[in-house]
Parts: sequence; structure tokens; C-alpha cells
Amino acid sequence: MLLEVNGMKSSYGRIEALHGIDVQVGEGELVALVGANGAGKTTFLRALSGVQPLTNGEIRFDGADITKSKPQARVKQGISQVPEGRQVFGPLSVEDNLRLGAYRRRGADTDADLERVFETFPILKRKRKESAGTLSGGQQQMLAMGRALMSNPRLLLLDEPSMGLAPLLVGEIFNIVQMLREQGTTILLVEQNAFQALAIADRGYVIETGRIVLTDTGENLINDEKVKAAYLGL
Amino acid sequence: MLGEFIQYLFSGLTSGAIYALVGLGFALIYNASHVINFAQGEFVMLGGMGTVFLAAAGVPLPLAVVVAIIGTACVGFALEKLAVEQTKNASVVTLIIITIGASIVLRGAAQVLFDKQFHTLPAFSGDEPINVLGATITSQTLWVLGITALIVVVLQWFFNRTLLGKAILATSVNPLAAKLVGINVSFVLLLSFGMSAALGAIAGVLITPITSTNFEVGIMLGLKGFSAAILGGLGNPFGAVIGGLILGIVEAFGAGYISSEYKDAMAFIIILLALFFMPSGLFGKKGTERV
Repeated sequence: MLLEVNGMKSSYGRIEALHGIDVQVGEGELVALVGANGAGKTTFLRALSGVQPLTNGEIRFDGADITKSKPQARVKQGISQVPEGRQVFGPLSVEDNLRLGAYRRRGADTDADLERVFETFPILKRKRKESAGTLSGGQQQMLAMGRALMSNPRLLLLDEPSMGLAPLLVGEIFNIVQMLREQGTTILLVEQNAFQALAIADRGYVIETGRIVLTDTGENLINDEKVKAAYLGL
Repeated sequence: MLGEFIQYLFSGLTSGAIYALVGLGFALIYNASHVINFAQGEFVMLGGMGTVFLAAAGVPLPLAVVVAIIGTACVGFALEKLAVEQTKNASVVTLIIITIGASIVLRGAAQVLFDKQFHTLPAFSGDEPINVLGATITSQTLWVLGITALIVVVLQWFFNRTLLGKAILATSVNPLAAKLVGINVSFVLLLSFGMSAALGAIAGVLITPITSTNFEVGIMLGLKGFSAAILGGLGNPFGAVIGGLILGIVEAFGAGYISSEYKDAMAFIIILLALFFMPSGLFGKKGTERV
């Protein structure tokens, strides 16, 4: 397993948000974590990136215990996150945003990676000199994804990439996620948009108020009566 | 008439450049942490006093200057490491109060470690006055203006051309995203305090031959630098420089043409006017961003 999370607990003050999460992601897999608003999806991803402290449990990445690693060390080891709400560096140019994505690889030649990101997201090449804050929501999402890819991640964490986007753009973003996966990137996709996420996922987890309540292949989860009732509105 | 005007102008530009350096220090720390560091003036004092006492102890002047600047930068590091970083999750207001405490400690320490007298340094390249269009300026004035200009250019290059500089900007814009791309945010904070302290110390060294220094000069210089930063738009380094120059020039003309009694009041009148009519300063963020 590339990523193994065992018994992860995390709290905001006295309120426990995650009550012991177990999740595994294998090399090359696309795993979806779906659940309602406030279920703990974002908390879980932040804990994986090291910006939200754990109160219990462990995180293993490629066999090594990274539970106590600093965020920058995790990026260096290959965990890269596209945060919820995109979080681009608004006043900085598109190109600067992307170059900062490769911050942990200073000294390495990142021009080739930049070109590869521009190939995946041609719109970013056309806007490379513009400040990121002037991009549309969909373009900012692409920029946030490109920025994360600039670190050459072994594991890409995607937090609600479809949030706040028009349906047409949502489709485009999911196409890109699938394409990245076909290129061999391991992806952990967190989504409220359960149907579309599970449709492209190898496996899925369903999270409810800080607990994993179901796990199966993406296909089986889509056909699961409980999931249908609770998340797919069918 | 013209001579008088030029005289005031140069005197204003000189003190304005010093305010600009102090204001830059405020802007750097504010950008990285949203903290207003009220110990900024003490960095200026430490630079000047440190150089004076190292020189008095027999250290050659150029070396004394370098050691004083590096030493002050270390005080900046220490302030961040020992005070600011320890108070995890403290509110910005708490941190600001900590910097006020630090300024009092530094003044007290300087009183004990150095003394309470006024001290001066020899001008860097002699006291020979230079005649410019009927005004008499000292060579030290040119040092102040030249070095300030050089610092502004270097900082501009640092923030616009280097990845580390951009990482500092990115941290000030969005600390969470900065962490997620792997920027060591606590290092950025440490660096900002060190850079601010060094800037303050440089200002202190530059101004000491002109105005002399003692353990309390930091209070007024800190407030003036703060006014410069507010006037220019807090968090905008470029604005702090312009704000500092405007402040210095207004002060000099106010003292020359109105009354020198009100010289110090000018800075505070400007800051009040700025806060009343332009709360975000001349070049402050207006706060438009697409969500």
C-alpha cells in the first residue's frame, strides 16, 4: 500500500471530528472518499498533509511512518494536495503559482514539468503572465491542480475539485482526474459529488460524521441501496 | 530662496529614507504574520548603539557596522523564535502586545548594557560639506539616500525574481496553501523578523552620524516608520518607502516654513489624516478578489 491510515483521530479544540479512520490507497489507484458536508472529509485530507494535528492513529506512506512529519517533508516525499476552494495565490502570476508548486524541488529543472502542466491545461499557458486572482473558478481549479502536479506527486489529494463549478466544467475536471490516473498518478479524491466520483474510482469509502461506514469498489458503492438513498438521491 | 528649498528637500529626503527603511521593516513582518512589530524602532537603536560601542571597544568601523547589523538580525530571530513562535495560535493582538513588551525589554537592556548618553559616529566619508544649488549637504546624506535606494532595488529583485521571495509573498497571501506546496512557514516568519531587524539596524547605522543615537531613539523612529507604513498602505513595501519619503519631506518643510516646534507632530497629523480619509493608505489593498 502506498498510503495506510490506521485509527486516525483528530479534534478541533474539544470536539472530535475524526473518530478513528482507516483508509488504504494502493499504488496507481484512484480512491474516492465521499460523504456529506461536515462529515470530516477536509479534516482528513488536511491531517494527511500535516496541517491538521492528529490526536491518535498513524499515517504510513510507502511503508514509512509520517505521522509526525512536517507538511513540507510530506510534500517532498510525494504527497501533494489540491485544497478545497482552490486557494491559489491570487496576486501572484499563474506561472509563479506553478513554480511555487515545485518549491520543494528547488535546484531541479522544473521547465519540463511546467510544459507538461501547460499541455494538460492549455488555458494556463495562455494566461501564464496574468495574476491568478483574475482567473475564473474553473481556471483557478486547473491552476490549483497544476500547482500540485508541479511537485511530481506520488499521491495526489484532491479536495472537492468540482465545488462551485458549472456542470460542464465539472465534467471537464473529472475527465482530467481520470486522465491523470491513466498517466499513473495515484489519486485520493474527496467529493460531495458522490456519483461522479465513484463512477471513476477503483474503490470508494463512505464517511459519515467522522467514521468510515462503508467501503467497496466504486461500482458496487454506486449500486449499493444505502449509498443510493443517502448520497445519490435515487 | 531656492537654496533654502533644496536644503529642506534634502533634509526631508534623508530622514524620509530612514523612515522608509523602518517602514519597510514593519511591512515585511506585517506581510508574513499580520503582526505590527512595535520593537522595530529598537532594532534601529541597536544598530546605531551596537556600532558605537563596538567601535569604542576598538573594532574597526566597517567591521563594527557589519557585526552590529548581524547582531541585530539575531535579536530579530530571537524575538521570533523565543516569543512569537512560542505562543502558538495566539491572536495577532496578543503578538503585537508581545512586541511592545520586547521593545521595553530591549530599551532596558540597552540602558544597562550600553549607557544613557548620546553617542555619534564619524560620517562614512568625512565631514566635507557639498554645495548643491546654494544648499549645503553632507556626504552622509548621500550615503543614506544611496544605500536606501540600493536596499529597495535589492528587495524588489528578491521578491519579484527569486523563488524564496515569492514563497514569502505566497505565505502572506495564503499561509495554508503555502504549507500545502511545501513552504516552511515558520522559516518564512523567522526570515522576515531577521530581515526586518537587519533593515532597522542599517537605518540606525546610517542615521547615527547625522542625528546621534541613544537608548531611546527607537521610540520616535519606530513611530515615524509605523506612520510611513500606514501612509503607504500597511503590508505594501513599495508604499512604505513612498510613505516614508513623503513623511520626511512634509516634516522638513513643516519645520522649515512653519515652525520646527511642530516637526514631530507632522508625522502624526499625517497618520491621522490617512486613517480618517484613506484607511488603506496610498497603495493599500482595496480588497477585490474573485471567489
